Amino acid sequence: MSDATTPTAASFLAHHFESLEKQTHAARLGMWLFLATEVLLFTALFAGYAVYRYLYAQDFAAASRGLATWIGLVNTIVLVSSSFTVALGLHHATRGDGKGTRTFFLLSFLMGLVFLGFKYVEYSHHFHAGELPGRYYAGELLGPGAPMFYALYFLITGLHGVHVVVGMTVLAVIGWRAGRGAYARAYHVPVELAGLYWHLVDLIWIFVFPLIYLI
Amino acid sequence: MNPSPHASELAEGYAPRNYLNSPATGLASWLDTRDHKRIGVMFLVATTIALMLGGIFALIIRVELLTPGPTVVDAMTYNRLFTLHGVVMIFLFMIPAIPSGFGNFLLPLMLGAKDVAFPRLNLLSFYLYLAGAAVALYGMVHGGADTGWTFYTPYSTTTVTKVVPILLGAFILGFSSILTGLNFIVTTHTMRAPGLTWGRLPLFVWSIYATSVIQILATPVLGMTLLLVAVERAFGWGIFDPARGGDPVLFQHFFWFYSHPAVYIMVLPAMAVISEVVCAFSRKNIFGYKAVAYSSLGIAFVGFFTWGHHLFTSGQSPLTGGVFGILSMFVGIFTAIKVFNWTATLYRGSISFRTPFAYFVGFLFFLVFGGMTGIALATMSLDVHWHDTYFVVAHFHFIMVGATMMAFLAALHYWLPKISGRMYPEGWGLVAAVMVVLGFNFTFIPQFLLGNEGMPRRYYAYPERFWPLNVASTAGASVLAIGLFIVLVYVLVALKWGPIAGPNPWRSRGFEWDTPSPPPPENYETTPVYTHGPHEYDEHAPGVPAGVPPSPEPRHV
Repeated sequence: MSDATTPTAASFLAHHFESLEKQTHAARLGMWLFLATEVLLFTALFAGYAVYRYLYAQDFAAASRGLATWIGLVNTIVLVSSSFTVALGLHHATRGDGKGTRTFFLLSFLMGLVFLGFKYVEYSHHFHAGELPGRYYAGELLGPGAPMFYALYFLITGLHGVHVVVGMTVLAVIGWRAGRGAYARAYHVPVELAGLYWHLVDLIWIFVFPLIYLI
Repeated sequence: MNPSPHASELAEGYAPRNYLNSPATGLASWLDTRDHKRIGVMFLVATTIALMLGGIFALIIRVELLTPGPTVVDAMTYNRLFTLHGVVMIFLFMIPAIPSGFGNFLLPLMLGAKDVAFPRLNLLSFYLYLAGAAVALYGMVHGGADTGWTFYTPYSTTTVTKVVPILLGAFILGFSSILTGLNFIVTTHTMRAPGLTWGRLPLFVWSIYATSVIQILATPVLGMTLLLVAVERAFGWGIFDPARGGDPVLFQHFFWFYSHPAVYIMVLPAMAVISEVVCAFSRKNIFGYKAVAYSSLGIAFVGFFTWGHHLFTSGQSPLTGGVFGILSMFVGIFTAIKVFNWTATLYRGSISFRTPFAYFVGFLFFLVFGGMTGIALATMSLDVHWHDTYFVVAHFHFIMVGATMMAFLAALHYWLPKISGRMYPEGWGLVAAVMVVLGFNFTFIPQFLLGNEGMPRRYYAYPERFWPLNVASTAGASVLAIGLFIVLVYVLVALKWGPIAGPNPWRSRGFEWDTPSPPPPENYETTPVYTHGPHEYDEHAPGVPAGVPPSPEPRHV
């Protein structure tokens, strides 16, 4: 890219910041704090899961064995790989290569689609088997634990799914803007923050997978 | 919102170019603003309207309780009224009023910054507040809820009233609160002017910072909890429903994990205001700066480990209850540190008994009285008897509402010249302050006695032996309401016709007074450089005299 089309560092500076360095610091800190609130949002659900798992240990174990572990495993691999490609996208952004960022963000976006596709397969299986939350439960397992398991299962994976969709939207927008040369080597903090968000989505799944599928 | 007639803009001491008239004065320029001062003022207007609404609900409740039987409303309406009173006062007034209103206005001024770190996010926070308020109000108009503001399950998931809109409203308001807290933390970390080290930060900033920490760490859990109740209610998933294996006590744990720290979201900003007011009106620097600053963080920290004292009678084990009781008492230690330092600040100070100081005195009384009854309530063996009686109602109104309202009014009077450039009438201010403080006492001291005699809270009718004290409480509430109404009237009059205050009518050494009043849109023409802490009255001459604009150069350069 020629210098005429590349934005200069000064053009990124908002009026109320002293320097780009401070602005970047503020943006990063803000994102980390936001991620902390996201973790706490899920923490409430994880705490609920822990309580009911303690109350209905047998039922939860039985319901958990009914899940297709291989789908969970594939989805874990897909998400971890997508985090890797997001990191590669950021790597290209640090060198001022917006098109490279776009390519790798697009790859991550597609992997997000794969994840959602598997999730769809899983959900439709649950719907057909009547494995639904609370009073809608019509599955084979007896006792109050299985409907509760599926209530928490749909809440946790559903909320995570919403985050995957939001993350994919962020990757798409930032990747598209990066491809148009909106960022530069000196300032690519939006790319970095989009990556951070995606890593969080990935990280939460790393906890969801063993919690729901394995133990 | 634009209280400046053109003629007086030229008056001496009134900054001609300020955030109220530039860059533009139209309504659109306010609704689309990024200026933290304008957003702060909009929050103040909105929260004041919420205060009036909640106050009207409270008055109807008090009138209903004037006689032992039915008085003016039926039982169902009464249940809705105390729920709406709680929801409006807590979520729409007390949580946002001081941090989002005064905090927004003052934080960047005190940091020597041009704005908060994320101005657009700040505006979004205001619109989320409006959206949450609108959804909650919709729920109130269309049925209202009768659960109490605590939304305890399983009643909240089975009642015939419309709970879901109010839950969703509170959920949205939570996001407004989170974004404001996030913005303030980042602003405090990254926007401080040169020389403004953490040890020189105004105590207002320390307390608001501690508040923000609670806001971002506790509010997401409440958001999730309210969402779970809404899901439970709308779809019957059984999370908190004992009939489906759910655990209603789990709801109480989740709810109080937020809602107890939320008490400190309300009272820490009050302490923030008081720390400034006590310095300015005794013309002394704070006694024990570090102790006051760190005790704010201490309250924020300990506040996260006390929620169990709301569950003493909910089937919690005595050991757990005892631990939570002792942890709750730690809050009293940190609060006492503050109280002793504030009173030590007064010692040999040059006290001017103006309206903000009158509210400081009221604050101190409510905080100590409310705090001591809190220690008593944290004692499990006593709480078992007081649980869900008017004693608890009076306790939390003293500590939470009394303290917060005193600080809100102190802040309103102390910073009115800063915000509007105009002065309130001092005589009326003191009259209203006396009425508010006395009215508040006459409202809630009878309720302490009622609770001690065993009158349960939230009851529509009561035995005749409780009658006299209930009449006394209602009479007190009327005095309180008249006092607050007087404040409203003279503040509105002062905004339009009040005398020009000058840049620093209190000759305060707080950093926010270094800029003209009302401040220009960019706060400071040149970035100030700080070489000392705030409120250092002893090391300098008496300060900027009233009515004279400061020199064009900031004082600290």
